[in-house]
Amino acid sequence: MQTVGAKRGFAPWADRTLQPLLRIEGLSKRFGAFAAVDHLSLDIYQGEFFALLGPSGCGKTTLLRLIAGFERASAGRILLDGVDLATVPPHRRPVNMMFQSYALFPHLTVEANVAFGLKQEGLPKLQIGERVADMLALVKLENFGRRKPHELSGGQRQRVALARSLVKRPRVLLLDEPMAALDKKLRGETQFELMDLQRRLGLTFIIVTHDQSEAMTVADRIAVMDRGRLMQVAPPTEIYEQPNSRWVADFIGNVNLFEGRLGDDGTSVEGTAVGRLRVAAKIDAEPRSTVWVAVRPEKMRIVPSEPSPGPPAALENCVAATVVDIGYLGDLSIYKLRTDDGVPMQAAIANTGRLTERAIGWDGKVWLSFPPEAAIVLTR
Amino acid sequence: MTNRQPQRSFMARLVIRIPYAWLVAFFLVPFLIVLKISLSQTAIAQPPYTPVFDLSAGWQGLRNFFAGLSLDNYAFLGSDPLYFLSYVKSLEIAAFSTLMLLVIGYPMAYAITRTPRRVQAVLVLAVILPFWTSFLIRIYAWMNILQHDGPLNQLLLALAIVREPPTWLSTDTAVYIGIVYSYLPFMVLPLYATLEKLDESLFEAAADLGCPRWKTFWLVTLPLSAPGVLAGALLCFIPIVGEFVIPDLLGGSRTSMIGQTIWTEFFANKDWPTASAVAVVLVCLLVTPIVVFQYQAMRGAERD
Repeated sequence: MQTVGAKRGFAPWADRTLQPLLRIEGLSKRFGAFAAVDHLSLDIYQGEFFALLGPSGCGKTTLLRLIAGFERASAGRILLDGVDLATVPPHRRPVNMMFQSYALFPHLTVEANVAFGLKQEGLPKLQIGERVADMLALVKLENFGRRKPHELSGGQRQRVALARSLVKRPRVLLLDEPMAALDKKLRGETQFELMDLQRRLGLTFIIVTHDQSEAMTVADRIAVMDRGRLMQVAPPTEIYEQPNSRWVADFIGNVNLFEGRLGDDGTSVEGTAVGRLRVAAKIDAEPRSTVWVAVRPEKMRIVPSEPSPGPPAALENCVAATVVDIGYLGDLSIYKLRTDDGVPMQAAIANTGRLTERAIGWDGKVWLSFPPEAAIVLTR
Repeated sequence: MTNRQPQRSFMARLVIRIPYAWLVAFFLVPFLIVLKISLSQTAIAQPPYTPVFDLSAGWQGLRNFFAGLSLDNYAFLGSDPLYFLSYVKSLEIAAFSTLMLLVIGYPMAYAITRTPRRVQAVLVLAVILPFWTSFLIRIYAWMNILQHDGPLNQLLLALAIVREPPTWLSTDTAVYIGIVYSYLPFMVLPLYATLEKLDESLFEAAADLGCPRWKTFWLVTLPLSAPGVLAGALLCFIPIVGEFVIPDLLGGSRTSMIGQTIWTEFFANKDWPTASAVAVVLVCLLVTPIVVFQYQAMRGAERD
């Protein structure tokens, strides 16, 4: 198995001798005729930061709630440390959840909110006090212990919710869209703090999100979900660079897709809307079968003049086009283009220099090309 | 204030003043009249009290009018234990009924919130359904149910729970039955409104943190429904203290609540001043819980 881009060389999923912490086997959850989770199997390992990513209604939150015990599975099993959780009620499961709404108890102070879970364990008062204080210090809220939730800002409330769910040291922490209510800048900072916290505590986190950049930032592995099924489970770089289907390629980031037939040599795709395309790796598929070439916009090159026909490779994967629209994002510029045959394409160019004058403007012909290594060939 | 809202239109000012005008005309003025009568003396005349304010007598008339007022009636209330006892009786019945209403109404309201949305609408409708029938008719129906050979006793005899038919009418038990029955919607509705607003995820969070269901009720549900408990309790307690029809029809002459005392003074004894004094003291007794309620409501509003 490939382990492209695993952070800090951490890839327990590649080690066949390891037992998963959480094993999900053929899990289904049906609401009437609708299957929110559809025969899903998944292994999650100790210490992983795992992201469930998908469009709304894909079943990611239902999966989280099944693990927490708020929903009863229609079929399948959830095993934690090898123990079937089916008969374990939510209040006995060694997992904790951070709710999207935070679900802080409005009548209790910050301290009492964080202490709530420890009190249920019947720990001595002194020990509870210590652990609550430690936890509040960890989320930098040591001076807010006596306040009520309504006296806090949104970001502070989010930290209280995090502290409350972490203080019991759960085997697995479930985070349901934990940053959905934060503004963009705070969300970015919080993502890095969350990663840092997870690494320091050595806990296993499962986060549900619909924000792909959030999933890419925090997670060791991402499970892309659609209609109750797993589309792909892999580290972020693999999801992005080696998507296993058109659906995943299209869902994660932007992509140019060209349908064609695999050439006899296995390294070219023929009959696409932009002609014959050369790809780097040999494709493991029947020659002449239908395949799709996917190219990320940032891997496209744009040149204002026709490339000189020097070495034969220079004219490969090259097509003439006109600029339709330019989106200037500051760090990037997004070009919407159209080939002479009317095929829409897009390219993203990093604005590395401080351009007062763009090399490629609104009008005039440009030439688009990409190296064979940039092409991803998809068979489904 | 004036700086921020410089020019209110005539219509806007009118709309704001209508409720105040209403309260002044139909609450403050009648109350002042009752207060005035309570400071007067009984007289065999029309109206049956003196002094009567006489505009034609001018300044001298005004001076005579104020000279004629006295606190004698209030002193009289203190001298006869009848009044004190009927205040105590009223507060006692109101307090116990409110407690019973809470014990019956809370589980009802809680159960309604646990049902699916569509069923909830039907159940809430069922709670307020008795209002479709006249209050008086429902109390007469209870008289029928509770009478010596009425349906309740027949049922008890048929089930062999009692051997001799017990007497229900003209007892405190009958009054309690009538009051609890009549006021139940006023307890259930505010409780339901509060419980229904509670975020489901709070209960899930409690369970997630290791709290079993029954404990979640004590630690989360009950404290968060306190405003509803207070609202329901006051909505029931205050009118029950002054209740007249139920104790009169079901309790007979044996139960003497303050409403009956006022009625007797007004209509049997034709003693308007004493009746008014009893009523004024009652208002003062009831204003206290209303002020407490207002204070609580304001604190609640600040929190939101």
